[in-house]
Amino acid sequence: MATYRLRGLTVRHLTGTRAPALHALDLTVRTGEQVALIGPSGAGKTTLLATLACAHRPAEGELEIFGQDPWQLGQAERHRLRARLFLAPQAPPLPPRQRVVTAVLAARLPHWSLWRALASLVRPQDPDAAHAALARFSLGDKLYARVDRLSGGERQRCGLARLLLSDAKALLVDEPISALDPALARHTLATLRQEATERNATLVCSLHQVDLAREQFARLIGLRDGRIVFDAPREQVSDAMIAELYANEQVESRPAAVHDTPDQIAVGACF
Amino acid sequence: MTTAVHHPDPAWRARLTWAAVFIALLYPMLAASEFKPWLLFDAQSLRAAGMFLRDFLVPAHSTEFLAMVLRETWQTVAIATAGLTLALLAAIPATFVISERLSISRLGTGRVHPFAAIVRQALRWVLMVLRSVPELVWALLFVRIVGLGPTAGVLAIALSYSGMLAKVYAEILESSDAHATDVLLANGSGRLPALLYGALPDSSAELVSYTVYRWECAIRGSAVMGFVGAGGLGQRLDESTKMMAGGEVATMLIVFVLLVALADLVSRFLRRRLG
Repeated sequence: MATYRLRGLTVRHLTGTRAPALHALDLTVRTGEQVALIGPSGAGKTTLLATLACAHRPAEGELEIFGQDPWQLGQAERHRLRARLFLAPQAPPLPPRQRVVTAVLAARLPHWSLWRALASLVRPQDPDAAHAALARFSLGDKLYARVDRLSGGERQRCGLARLLLSDAKALLVDEPISALDPALARHTLATLRQEATERNATLVCSLHQVDLAREQFARLIGLRDGRIVFDAPREQVSDAMIAELYANEQVESRPAAVHDTPDQIAVGACF
Repeated sequence: MTTAVHHPDPAWRARLTWAAVFIALLYPMLAASEFKPWLLFDAQSLRAAGMFLRDFLVPAHSTEFLAMVLRETWQTVAIATAGLTLALLAAIPATFVISERLSISRLGTGRVHPFAAIVRQALRWVLMVLRSVPELVWALLFVRIVGLGPTAGVLAIALSYSGMLAKVYAEILESSDAHATDVLLANGSGRLPALLYGALPDSSAELVSYTVYRWECAIRGSAVMGFVGAGGLGQRLDESTKMMAGGEVATMLIVFVLLVALADLVSRFLRRRLG
């Protein structure tokens, strides 16, 4: 059975010009498969992961998750489906003033009653599980620390520890090792893959470290300008294909675009 | 020769225009409010003020009077606290409803479901009505209904403050970083847990400081409402003012200063704990 089946899927940005971010993608990801998503910045990797997490509604084409089209479901049912998918964004979504234990246990929220969620704010439910998850990223000693006391790399792994506590069947991880040194990066990716294997979950992971992607993942998808350039087992991915994927045609600047007016402006700015 | 490329800020023109509009709007407002500060320094005004202030120099301090002030102060604090608590009971659920941050229908589409938008807007209007009627008017109304006494003050504070609290709570929550809440929602958590675990940690200090500030306002408000018979220190203040007993007025004003200082202290303590 396939976790994901995409047919001619086009996804547009939700704001501004509503320009397409992904063009007519065809893609099938089987249950338990582990896939690395590579490609230059702005290729659409993050948008693809958000689409796979039901956090971004596609404009055209077919999307099936666990055999269902999520956008045909009712809102409540779609939200239950989201609990079976786990999206770990690139910037760890941890409030700076929260304690690590609370931030990690937030993975359990979809399955907790409101009272349990409230009670856990007073006295953390299952701190041992949180500790075990953190320990796998060698952060066990940070269990009761505040998030803003962690370094960038520690925060990133803390966000991934949350993933370990979810019981999702599809893990969508956006650049999980961008703030980690090479040794830690390899260990972190291995932990993610091990976890996916143990619970037979599908793992889709976007990466900028092409060497690690080729080393750790059996299947590579190259994405550029919102299109799939290649989708192949790692043995068939040649250095030339990688070089072409990242070939930089933008050395001379693009035609001067009119500056976009942002939708949201920082505090202090006025329009 | 290369031509220089400029990168002017696209926002600066609008920024300047709005500043000019605000200044242009300010003048008619000064005219409409008949703002004439030089009247303050008129010889006759100065003499009247001097007479009134001389009485203030020696605050009333007889034991009997102080005991009465203490009793009434306690009642004032009780009115403010009870009123604010009732207001919170209404404001907190209202905050959850009107905060757009917690919309699940917005997730993935960028658009809120029409029905949800209507409910949200309707509640916003209700809150607007609640807070646009001054608490003094609510107090006058309730004095008619439930009679003279603190109950009228409590109800007046509860009604007008629930409107203010819900509006500002929702705005504080919406101005905090959305990332944590959005990701929790995207991972399937409910609205309320997403708020509690995503937005509350970074907003709690601000929410608490605004709540304590409103408590302070409620104490001042209950003084004003005392003038229309809603109980507490305000009612005594009204009587003493009418009897031209400057010393008694001075004592009660000192009590108000102390209460506000206390609120300040509590707020600072809580902020430090939560910061």
